[in-house]
Amino acid sequence: MTSPLAIVTRTAGTNCDAEAVRALELAGARVELIHIQQLLDDPQRLQEAGMCIFPGGFSYGDDIAAGRVLGLELRHGMYAELRRFIDADGLVLGICNGFQVLIESGILDPPVSESPKQGELKSAAGREIALHANASNRFECRWIELEAADTACVWLSDGQSIPCPAAHAEGRFVVQNDAVLTRLKDAKQIALRYVVPNAGDSFPANPNGSIDNIAGICDPSGRALGLMPHPERNILPWNHPQWTRLSPRSEGEGLSFFRQMVQAASPVSV
Amino acid sequence: MDSTTAPLPDAWRVEVFRRPPVDDPEANHLLGAVKELGIEGLSSARVGHGYLLPPALSPEEAGRIATELLADPVLDEITLYAPRQEPKKNSSARRVLVAKKAGVMDPVAMTITRALERNDLGGDQREPYVSTFTAYELEGDASNNDIAEIARKILGNETIEDVLLDSESLPYGPPAEGPVHGRVEVPILEASDEALMKLSTDGCLSLNLIEMLEIKAHYKEAGREPSACELETIAQTWSEHCKHKTFAGIIEMDGERIDNLLKTTIKRATEELDKPWCISVFHDNAGIIEFDPESGWDLCFKVETHNHPSAIDPYGGAGTGIGGVIRDILGVGLGARPIANTDSFFVGPLDMPREDVPKGSMHPRRILRGIVAGVRDYGNRMGIPTVSGGVWVDPRYVGNPLVYAGTVGLIPRSCADKEVHPGDIIFVAGGRTGRDGIHGATFSSAELTEDSDVVSSAAVQIGDAITEKRVLDALLRARDLGLYRAVTDCGAGGFSSAVGEMGEKCGADVTLDSVPLKYAGLSPEEVWISEAQERMVFAVPPENLEACRAVFEAEGCETADIGTFTDTGRLILRWHEEVVADMSMSFLHDGTPRPTRKAEWNPPSIKDPGLERLSDAGDANDALVRCLAHPDVASKEWIVRQYDHEVQGTSVIKPFVGTRADGPSDAAVLRPLDSTDAGCAISCGANPRYGVLDPYRMALAVIDEALRNSVAVGGDPDHTAILDNFSWGNCDKPDRLGSLVLASKACYDAAMAYSTPFISGKDSLNNEYRVGDETISIPPTLLISALAKVQDVKRAMTMDLKQAGNSIYLVGNTSAELGGSVLFDVNGTAGGTVPAPDLALAPKLMRALASAIAGGRLRACHDLSEGGLAVAAAESAFSGDLGAELDLSSLSADFDDGYDRDATLLFSESCTRWIVEVAPSEEDSFRSCLEGLPVQHIGRVTESPKLVIRGAERATLLDISIDDLRAAHQSGFQG
Repeated sequence: MTSPLAIVTRTAGTNCDAEAVRALELAGARVELIHIQQLLDDPQRLQEAGMCIFPGGFSYGDDIAAGRVLGLELRHGMYAELRRFIDADGLVLGICNGFQVLIESGILDPPVSESPKQGELKSAAGREIALHANASNRFECRWIELEAADTACVWLSDGQSIPCPAAHAEGRFVVQNDAVLTRLKDAKQIALRYVVPNAGDSFPANPNGSIDNIAGICDPSGRALGLMPHPERNILPWNHPQWTRLSPRSEGEGLSFFRQMVQAASPVSV
Repeated sequence: MDSTTAPLPDAWRVEVFRRPPVDDPEANHLLGAVKELGIEGLSSARVGHGYLLPPALSPEEAGRIATELLADPVLDEITLYAPRQEPKKNSSARRVLVAKKAGVMDPVAMTITRALERNDLGGDQREPYVSTFTAYELEGDASNNDIAEIARKILGNETIEDVLLDSESLPYGPPAEGPVHGRVEVPILEASDEALMKLSTDGCLSLNLIEMLEIKAHYKEAGREPSACELETIAQTWSEHCKHKTFAGIIEMDGERIDNLLKTTIKRATEELDKPWCISVFHDNAGIIEFDPESGWDLCFKVETHNHPSAIDPYGGAGTGIGGVIRDILGVGLGARPIANTDSFFVGPLDMPREDVPKGSMHPRRILRGIVAGVRDYGNRMGIPTVSGGVWVDPRYVGNPLVYAGTVGLIPRSCADKEVHPGDIIFVAGGRTGRDGIHGATFSSAELTEDSDVVSSAAVQIGDAITEKRVLDALLRARDLGLYRAVTDCGAGGFSSAVGEMGEKCGADVTLDSVPLKYAGLSPEEVWISEAQERMVFAVPPENLEACRAVFEAEGCETADIGTFTDTGRLILRWHEEVVADMSMSFLHDGTPRPTRKAEWNPPSIKDPGLERLSDAGDANDALVRCLAHPDVASKEWIVRQYDHEVQGTSVIKPFVGTRADGPSDAAVLRPLDSTDAGCAISCGANPRYGVLDPYRMALAVIDEALRNSVAVGGDPDHTAILDNFSWGNCDKPDRLGSLVLASKACYDAAMAYSTPFISGKDSLNNEYRVGDETISIPPTLLISALAKVQDVKRAMTMDLKQAGNSIYLVGNTSAELGGSVLFDVNGTAGGTVPAPDLALAPKLMRALASAIAGGRLRACHDLSEGGLAVAAAESAFSGDLGAELDLSSLSADFDDGYDRDATLLFSESCTRWIVEVAPSEEDSFRSCLEGLPVQHIGRVTESPKLVIRGAERATLLDISIDDLRAAHQSGFQG
């Protein structure tokens, strides 16, 4: 059986592409790293792939707002193709800046009552979820713990926990109003939360002040996931900040996240 | 500040504010900063991001840009004004607008311009002109003066920004074009000495009279006057910044004649050590050492200073500092891939009363925050982890802060060398050239004054990290395709330095009007010497030109062909077909006069203060808490967490370790290649207080510090290279030069003793700040950076205690060395002996300890530096969330008169010492590793969460909970 192909996209300011490629390869995928322009010019290339990954970084400098400009390009340039890819069992992953981009693109929007037809382009003005500046108003780089629970995401298992670094300035998940949060929950879109050990002050376990400690959400199909933290930076046995205190390890906890994703991906037929 | 009534901008104006009740952290921070300034009366603030868009857009187009691109539908509200429309006044709020001055780099505007073009939002215009501004709306009853002070000190920096108070007349459009000229002759052949010096000063050439006379003689011989371009080229090339005239010059000291201080000390050690693993030293943009011979990857390292630009614009100065050193790594050999950044800052006290800040300077807190933000925004955007560094505080840095930025890179052995061939195209890639950064090289070679912020605003550069990231991505692809023969970065001096250096051995013919410009109206001199950022120069064989251009353009990176390297030995500059400079490369590069400078050193005459007994129970606790809270010791977590130190996924030992990730690591360790478990350790050492008292011992001590930090995490002392970065005062003054000579000699002595070569270095002299007649010189500041191979990252070591019951040993000897120590600093004690390593013993200790670590004998290892044994033990305990019980009664301690035994053992800062934790099963093998060397069992790790230390006759000296220690360490240095 051939291993599924993962397309990792990059553009000016993408800077976590190398570790995303490494994680996917170690997890058993074939990986193609391509410039976003090549994909925008020829979105059909997605049809050969089982996964499409938007890695972290500062696409176009995160100028105006994090992920805004690349998100706009996806919305205008390949929203329908991405939607079709997901509908045809393709998996989409956005990490950190990639999450910000997916939020901006509309791919992760919750279902709406008078739903537009699948694949129809919606204006950015209708977006109801956002990633706001961290409550600390600072870029924060620190290790956190992720936990998956009650999620539609097709490759996460309930109770799975992943320690990994978060490193961002604009990762506070917010919603337009409580009803949006309810819709997200009903659709099992809340895929990953920060594990906050004590009641009360959730910082720094929740590094950005996200509502309901939300670290990542998926689309209603569970085949597109975005998250702020970086499982691809906890792949090696020595990545964990306390590895010198722990008993010998064979790999970082982030590797199983990618292994599960690769296993869930199947080569998409044309 | 402008509050006159100029016309409103002829542009669509979009203002985007957070929509209440959405929380606005930016505004909250602003209110905090205002309180800190001592201004009450501001009840609330709003921060808006503003954009000016081309007036030719239709209302629908402008509205669509605002909603689709500029605002967030969940978080923001938009106000849109037509061209020349007066914005509505919002009740009682005072508005302050801050906009970049015309021509100052505005990366956000550039991104918007591109986004409009790419998404068909910009109407039918090509390169629609966009500018940005920030709008502040301040509510409350603060006075006009208060608002003006807030605007000036918090909101804007008038060096680079227009600050508008209650005025809506924003500037819009490119800067006004200057008078365009071709070749201009500068008459010097008949000029008097006074006239020559006036020319140098007024033209910001920073050339002294001897140099001006040399130039005059050269042109007399040529029988003609120099052109403006030629004179500027000479000034740039001969600047201290580029030529290092002091280090390379002739110095007389104590009857000794030193011909080239650099060659006779630092470089000499490297030559004599002649390590086979040193691949490229001193001659290129960075030093290169072997890393993994099997796969052919080497490591390179460069550290730069960016002091003067950071003094007048901390954010832009520090950002372009890191941007510049990254380009050094891109420009070493045929280009390396950056894998880590380092940053060290030296600033005035953060709690300095405002009235003590000298005229024309910013408050140290504002400077440090700006510097940190600059490094953060540039380094993080480049995707390079910032893994190591430090902050040191001293009042003498108040007018002249120091910013050191370093980058480590990975480079294939086959790319270590470069060679320009005559006929190669001079190919430039990256950012466009504007008027930014004119005279940076000459400016950084002069002393700062209270007027520097006014006169040198043109010397400030603003970085654009994303343009540099595009260059990085494209450059590595072009390198791997073998498309060019040489590369270097445009640093200080711009094209004049880059093309001048690359063409030094052959010649170059440059068409200056081919250079892509940010805006029209630059003169040929300005194009030639501009320090606009993010530009690289390549030597491309003509047959590869199209392929090379295609690689860069695929990454969205602009390129141009600006001339040819020749075999004439001449530098020719053309401007619209007129020759504006024609000069010999040899005069340019070898014609610098080498005057003899006098040097002397008189040690400060301060009586040795001694150290009294810590009499009462609690005294030592108190002293330790104050040492932990000293700004040089206290946690820098608020800074470090703003840097992405995990990007690239290679980190093995992080800046913070231990159960709560609050233990300060001695050094960082990375595992940069997937194919090998070998890693690299990156560490540093510096101590300005030592430098003031004794520059020779200081240099030995900071080299020892960098090396023992590296050893502590698992660095191999037999595969370690070091870098020197000197920041000194005005070395035309004999005492400053004398201390530089002593420190350089110590560098030679230490390098030889440790068998550790220098591979690269840089100096920044003239770090003095003049207000009226008074001059403040910085302390002699030598930053040593070390890069070591870690043979096996699985053996890398951290400093946090691991397991109750394990033994704690002290490795190394303690003497009464408290001169410049943290304890003396918190006690206000002057004088004393500065620590210095025993150069016979220290290298043996380092190698023995390294072998114990490589053999897996230790559980923890922490170096003893500022604050001595007491501070190191405290840090290791709280970071492991464990206690320790130490007994110093059996330690040999033969100290000078006047030094109390126990207090000295606790707080002396003697070099080459560590505390180590050893599990019972490993004690015998650990001891045999250090056979015959000074190592003593001093106690055990305990479950009980406190640090207990007993002194002579087992009397309890110190007994304190680790929570108190942690709190002191956490609270001492908040920005």
